[in-house]
Amino acid sequence: MKKIKEKLGFTILGLATVVVLFILGVILYDISSKGISVISWEFLTQPPKAGMTKGGILPAIVGTLYVSLITVLFSVPLGICAAIYLNEYAKKSTLTRIIRVSIRNLAGVPSIVYGLFGVVLFVQMFKFGTCILSSGLTLGLLTLPWTITASEEALRSVPNSYREGALALGATKWQAIRTNVLPYALPGILTGTILGLARAAGETAPILFTGVAFFLPHLPGSIFSQFMALPYHLYILATQHPAIEKVRPLAYGTALVLILLVLSLNSVAIFIRYYLRRKRRG
Amino acid sequence: MANKERLIKYFFTFTGVLSIIFLLGIFFLLLYNSVPAFRKIGILEFFTSARWNPTSYTKPTYGILSLVVSTLMVTGGAMLISVPLGISCAAYLAEVATPMVREIVKPIIEVLAGIPSVVVGFLGIVLVGPAIAKIFNLPNGLNAINGSILLAIMSLPTIISISEDAITSVPEEYKMASLALGATRWQTLWKVVIPASSSGIIAAIMLGVGRAVGETMTVLMATGNAPAMPHSFLDSVRTMTATIAIELGEVPYNTTHYYALFVIGLVLFCITFAVNLTSDIVLHKHQEKLGT
Repeated sequence: MKKIKEKLGFTILGLATVVVLFILGVILYDISSKGISVISWEFLTQPPKAGMTKGGILPAIVGTLYVSLITVLFSVPLGICAAIYLNEYAKKSTLTRIIRVSIRNLAGVPSIVYGLFGVVLFVQMFKFGTCILSSGLTLGLLTLPWTITASEEALRSVPNSYREGALALGATKWQAIRTNVLPYALPGILTGTILGLARAAGETAPILFTGVAFFLPHLPGSIFSQFMALPYHLYILATQHPAIEKVRPLAYGTALVLILLVLSLNSVAIFIRYYLRRKRRG
Repeated sequence: MANKERLIKYFFTFTGVLSIIFLLGIFFLLLYNSVPAFRKIGILEFFTSARWNPTSYTKPTYGILSLVVSTLMVTGGAMLISVPLGISCAAYLAEVATPMVREIVKPIIEVLAGIPSVVVGFLGIVLVGPAIAKIFNLPNGLNAINGSILLAIMSLPTIISISEDAITSVPEEYKMASLALGATRWQTLWKVVIPASSSGIIAAIMLGVGRAVGETMTVLMATGNAPAMPHSFLDSVRTMTATIAIELGEVPYNTTHYYALFVIGLVLFCITFAVNLTSDIVLHKHQEKLGT
């Protein structure tokens, strides 16, 4: 009796796991089966044409790449520095505890609130206007907590003997960090960076009011131009376009390109981490 | 030399402290931009009136009650789905699955976490919506229940990974003791392991709630966005996040309506801050209790 109950219980838990995997399967299957026929060389290399009912999504791809670049340039150096402080310098103090609580809370701030913050700070106060720079910095703030956490984890995995070895040879603390700790932590930091990049590329709410444009006939000229972005383009095609049914295939194509971009970044990161773990285990 | 070292240390300390500055900065900018709206409209009307109609020509109204209720309703519905599903999945991965299954399934769940919210919202329109319309015989399926299903999907990865960590961190001795007393693995799971990890699981649920409350694109695309007090899960609802997303692009800067949107942002910030801080404290206690 007990055994049967146990079997039944474990089966239900297993079923729950299957349901979760099934949901992901449905998402990936639906998008790829309906999106694949849309993807062509033209779709990837042409701007939208005829009121966005024909043509491709090149400006949206390029816009997303530009913004992600700004995001990474802002959040990675800052994230690494903050992580160096937390892992190498900080002692167990109230200040450190408050910093950690702040980081976790920053990670929980809704993305649309980051959007509001970006409008006030970058668009209005700094007078950048709605542009790639404003959106990139807003997304940079949003990904910062993730970059810090990932970099700190990478630093924590560096064995203490690396630090002590350098210090014993007379190196200062900073020299030890720069020459011995950072190089060892670099692949782990890279993983975090790529995951942050994937997150930034898929976000829509923070860029809505800080620089993304409905339609632009040409590619952005500078970081002070407005831009098109893949997630926003999908939103437009799915809900705002006057001929929604007609552009549905294009929406599927855009969704597929976006998913492929995000998932390939994710898999690179997961692969690096997996490879690292194996190597370190020896 | 020592001087340079000290400067470097100060520099890194500063970058660490920046996180506090950013968090406070977000809060104070929201508050600063909310004040003009509070002055003009009065705090009481914001939180007691359910009528949100800032663009009315004759008498604009700014009650956010229906928006708050909509957000809580959609989030609550999402949790009804994702909490049992997520915890079962976490328990399976931590206690039942073979190491190989775990190694394969965990990265797959990370993939689910990586799906952009706008894609999930799109599926709400093309897949979930039509299905709901068919089942309940409605003209369209853009309503609260659609939003709940999508938010459940969005919050599942968070709930699964944090609960799994909590369940895995239960010391082996607890299980051994229970099994030695003749309990089955199933009884051990329910009577020993889950209770021992309950604070971690609660933290996981709270983080899931925080995620669902703050989600914008999925609810914006899938719930229909009618700004009225919802009566059932089949009503079209408009959440706080969706309201900001819809209206901020249309209002001129520095008008009462513009400031009123920052009030919504402030309320959102406070809700998610409270939820995250609580889960943080609960998780901290949990780790201290288990001595890890």
